[in-house]
Amino acid sequence: MSAARLQLAARAGGRVATHLLLYGLAVATVAPFLWMVLTSFKDLAEIFAYPPTWWPERFTADNYVAAFEAAPFGRFYLNSLFVAVTVTLGQLVTCSMAAYAFARMDFRGRDLLFYLFLGTMMVPAHVTMIPSFMVLHWLGLIDTYGALILPGLASAFGTFLLRQFFLTLPKELEEAAFLDGYGRFRVLWQIILPLSRPALATLAVFTFMGVFNDFLWALVVVNSQELYTVQLGLSIFRDRYSTEWGSLMAGSVVATLPVLLLFVFAQKQFIQGIALSGLKD
Amino acid sequence: MMAEVAAAEAQGLRRVASAAARPRRAPWRRDGRTAFLLLAPTLAVFGVFVLFPIVFSFYLSFQQWNLFSGAHTFVGGANYRAVFADPEFWQVFRNTAVYTLATVPLNMALALGVAVLLARRMRGKRLLRAAFFTPVVVSSVAAGVIWRWVFDPNLGLFNVSLGALGLPAVDWTSNGTSAMAALIIVGVWKTFGVNMVLFSAGLSGIPRQYYEAAAMDGARAWGQFRHITLPLLAPTTLFVLVLSMIGSFQVFDIVFVLTRGGPLGATKVLVYYLYEHAFKYFDMGYASAVAYLLFALLFAITLVQIRAFRNRGAGAV
Repeated sequence: MSAARLQLAARAGGRVATHLLLYGLAVATVAPFLWMVLTSFKDLAEIFAYPPTWWPERFTADNYVAAFEAAPFGRFYLNSLFVAVTVTLGQLVTCSMAAYAFARMDFRGRDLLFYLFLGTMMVPAHVTMIPSFMVLHWLGLIDTYGALILPGLASAFGTFLLRQFFLTLPKELEEAAFLDGYGRFRVLWQIILPLSRPALATLAVFTFMGVFNDFLWALVVVNSQELYTVQLGLSIFRDRYSTEWGSLMAGSVVATLPVLLLFVFAQKQFIQGIALSGLKD
Repeated sequence: MMAEVAAAEAQGLRRVASAAARPRRAPWRRDGRTAFLLLAPTLAVFGVFVLFPIVFSFYLSFQQWNLFSGAHTFVGGANYRAVFADPEFWQVFRNTAVYTLATVPLNMALALGVAVLLARRMRGKRLLRAAFFTPVVVSSVAAGVIWRWVFDPNLGLFNVSLGALGLPAVDWTSNGTSAMAALIIVGVWKTFGVNMVLFSAGLSGIPRQYYEAAAMDGARAWGQFRHITLPLLAPTTLFVLVLSMIGSFQVFDIVFVLTRGGPLGATKVLVYYLYEHAFKYFDMGYASAVAYLLFALLFAITLVQIRAFRNRGAGAV
């Protein structure tokens, strides 16, 4: 073989190795999810069989029935969806209003206020958690939907994200609208927001995921079972039925499904949102 | 943060420039009141649930405060002294440090490796990226439950795989060291997708010509990685490092679900300790002192890392 062909062969070999490595890692990354889904459809005998099987020999929905009978997951679901949707819609409104003021309006103390906002993003959530809990306690709102929703109705991150986007929009459209007698609110609603769909989608998807997956705050402010979110319900379920793997996996599938589905359809928004905020566990 | 300051300066300049270019105010600019209306909802929520808490938490940390009776007394630095005198605090601190020091480098190495390999032109890139990112979007509670099953001593996927490789089974839950190892594995798995995305963004900002020039000079892949990728990626690396450290120091959910801090406190972490003092013992003053210590620690870590990078001349950050 000539040197050139050898080099080509080596490069092809390298490419194959890269692919094998990446696909191997990807399979290892999603393996726990596959294991969860497949376990959730096995019957008890198969779950506790040794050696374990990957593919269920007989598909059964018994685990789902058992999980929903043991705990009102349906109710938990509605709670989670209600809280996540309310907070998401609320944040879209409050953040776009605040972001517009920061992006386009002149008022005294604007920059100071804006940097104060940004600065608070550095403060860990655990510092504000205790006094926030106390405020809700004083207001008599502990163990209500209000406790789950109110603190989420503003966001420094969301305000920042939308402000940066609004700054990229051309000013001429607005100025023409002002000459036509539009007010600020109408400009925001009819001109700015329709142009900002990508940024709004990123914020919406990102907020929904954060609230739907939130655990610690719900753990702290909710006591009654009627108000449990899916995550809280799953955690309690894990304590009570710690080795009933079939039901636990069914519960986990239920708890991950909405966000996973959303991720399938809005991958780009998720990745943008997370790249922007660098959010961690 | 340096970038923010620079941006602030740039914005200041721009504002001066635009003010000079705009001698008279347009007739619709009666901004003060409208701006206030637009900001009001955010300011209200933010004031009550962010600004007030930040200040009040500091005040609380110098108080003995009973949530239910409302009784409180000023105790000076007694809470902080009590925290430092509590052996459990130091154990929890050590656990958190071990978790962070193991998770962050593993996480970053894996994320960077995957990001570099994914930067090439290849088929199935989107699918691969989605696979690596999936653990990020899934709730930590579900992740904890799934991994408890994976780590089950008898039937879990992990021990079965070890057995298939001829390795002895590991008792992941009742031995402190292996419980911590399990936690680290889950921690890396859950978050490396975030860093992968951040590294990918950083990599896409490196001009292609640099690599072409290096290839003409005969630099191989490894040489290109060392002499082009790493130095030019330094700002991203710093950002990822700081975020990862901050995130790891605040780990809670997966600990709560996976190990409950056990066995015998071997995996109990700082936020777990804070949570117990605040919401199991309702000792708000003490817990606030812990919260402020955590805050101070994270702040110090951030400053040290920024300084370390600057001293190495790793470029403007």
